Amino acid sequence: MFAYYFQLGLRSLRRNPILTALMVMAIGFGVAASMTTYSVFRATSNNPIPQKSSQLFAVQIDNWGPEDNDKGEPASSLNYTDSIALMKAHKAKRQTALYPVGLAAVPADANLLPFRTNGYAVYGDAFPMFDMPFLYGGGWSSAEDDGHAAVVVIARSINDKLFNGANSVGREINLDGHNYRVTGVLDSWDPKPLFFDPVNTSGFDDPVDLFIPFTRAIELKMSTNGNNNCNKNPGDGWDAWLHSECIWAQFWVEAPSKADVDTYRQFLQGYAAEQQRAGRFHWAPNVRTRDVMDWLDHQNVVPAESKISLLVAMGFLLICLVNTVGLLLAKFMRRAPEIGVRRALGASRREIYGQFLIEAGTVGLAGGLLGLLLTGLGVFGVSLVFDPKIARLATLDASLVALTMLVAVLATVLAAFYPTWRAAQVQPAWQLKSN
Amino acid sequence: MLKMTHLSKVYRTEVVETYALRDFNIDVKEGEFVAVTGPSGSGKTTFLTIAGLLETFTGGEYHLDGVEVSHLNDNARSKIRNEKIGFIFQAFNLIPDLNVFDNVEVPLRYRGMKSAERKKRIMESLERVGLASRAKHYPAELSGGQQQRVAIARALAGSPRLLLADEPTGNLDTQMARSVLELLEEIHREGATIVMVTHDPELAARAQRNVHVIDGQVVDLAEDPRFHAHVAQVAEATHGR
Repeated sequence: MFAYYFQLGLRSLRRNPILTALMVMAIGFGVAASMTTYSVFRATSNNPIPQKSSQLFAVQIDNWGPEDNDKGEPASSLNYTDSIALMKAHKAKRQTALYPVGLAAVPADANLLPFRTNGYAVYGDAFPMFDMPFLYGGGWSSAEDDGHAAVVVIARSINDKLFNGANSVGREINLDGHNYRVTGVLDSWDPKPLFFDPVNTSGFDDPVDLFIPFTRAIELKMSTNGNNNCNKNPGDGWDAWLHSECIWAQFWVEAPSKADVDTYRQFLQGYAAEQQRAGRFHWAPNVRTRDVMDWLDHQNVVPAESKISLLVAMGFLLICLVNTVGLLLAKFMRRAPEIGVRRALGASRREIYGQFLIEAGTVGLAGGLLGLLLTGLGVFGVSLVFDPKIARLATLDASLVALTMLVAVLATVLAAFYPTWRAAQVQPAWQLKSN
Repeated sequence: MLKMTHLSKVYRTEVVETYALRDFNIDVKEGEFVAVTGPSGSGKTTFLTIAGLLETFTGGEYHLDGVEVSHLNDNARSKIRNEKIGFIFQAFNLIPDLNVFDNVEVPLRYRGMKSAERKKRIMESLERVGLASRAKHYPAELSGGQQQRVAIARALAGSPRLLLADEPTGNLDTQMARSVLELLEEIHREGATIVMVTHDPELAARAQRNVHVIDGQVVDLAEDPRFHAHVAQVAEATHGR
């Protein structure tokens, strides 16, 4: 009967074309508004590493105290002292301190001009921790971390640019005048939001070009390419800054089980207590560990305007659906005589429900097609409202197409329940008598 | 085939109770052609809609084909309507958006019949009423007589055991009415049970048996003065035209 009812539904689209057009427009515009804003919300609230997001934790240690912290909340970055101490303690399965570095790549080919790269100074644990996929080679070892090795992992795009896409493992590239040996080439890897450093990127930035060892970057006195916050004057010179309470590094640990997380928290607590005892901290231990999604939430990666526009669009969809309820009611009740005839000829109430809900589904399908077109236009126009870095993440991909159609059909079928219930209550005897 | 015993139908509002049928008794045997006559508002159509399971009744008993129907749920009633009863209405009640073929198909769809079987039955029914060539026409493209023939084809397509007709010729001119009546007689000769509600004494006279309804009750035609008053009224109206 589904095919029969669907066929009747398609016919009904042609019946009362004005009423049909009004319903299709109401659904189309309502769905398009909500799907366009959802596309932005989805991109910004995406879980960038779902397989591990609950096992990776950003670490916070309050090294500024209650006078300088944010209402008791430890700062989002660590200083060098704490970063190195945590790395040396090595209490988690994997851990890395990291900070952004800007390096000029000088191509071996004299015909190519040097160019700026967005890099990160990390520890070798970062590659397996963040599940970075390799096209060639791999990361570097902890011995190379310890040895401040001049090694680099480059992104596929850089490999294409410098080595025409060939396997460049073992070859050297020149960064800021220093040669680095390539240990690995990453395959396409561009997590959105950029979970491991929302502090410096707000979660959305260009893909990372390369990674070099943290220890090497420090040895070469590379300052951060991101935020550096100090609560007091660090003094002059690199060493003074490095050993100051200025915060500029992110710290991540991998803790696969709850027990691991608890153990690490205890360790952090103990570390902060030790700092207190040593006279560095004049306050009670104040530490945090947040998993990926909690961290992104804490960093307000989802822009407030994205949440608000999604809520407004959902409200608009609701209003459109309320209108659709009224229009469907008018459409269905106009057909009370037909319902009477169908009931007389053997249709049960259940069959009337089936017919009219499927008919509503076809209206929803038509509304979904219009909604798809409008969503396409909406996604195209997102950059008018949002930051271009965020706007470009909003795409009309297969999943959004499917979701748009699903929402349109389901929402219309939902809106059709009351009109259908009314249609099913039509008393055939009264209809046939009144004819 | 159809037996109602002490059946009543009451329409209740907050202030008044109206009896549409009261102590209504009728017994229609299998293969009978019964005409139900009576003045407007006497309860004929209410009887027909209850007989066709389109409406429930307030009291009494109704056995259809040996089954007491008062406790049946909507699904069961719909199934019986679909399989055992064919309806013919005064206003034809064809679905205007469906062509002749699709209109006749409606009850067969609800029966879950296979496509080939449906098509065979539809064409047989349409051939029987002489409208096979109009299968693709829409109701609006047909005359009143043709529309009623389509309605009859629709009622016949499912091979029902009981045909319920409500003023089947009421909207037709004399010639068309005659041809429709001849068709009903032919169907009856082939074994169908027909219960026809009509105002028209001439039409009623063509049935095997007449049942007269006045004020929601079946009355004895020979003794009830209300019947004679009604006959006089109809005669006067006929002569007055």
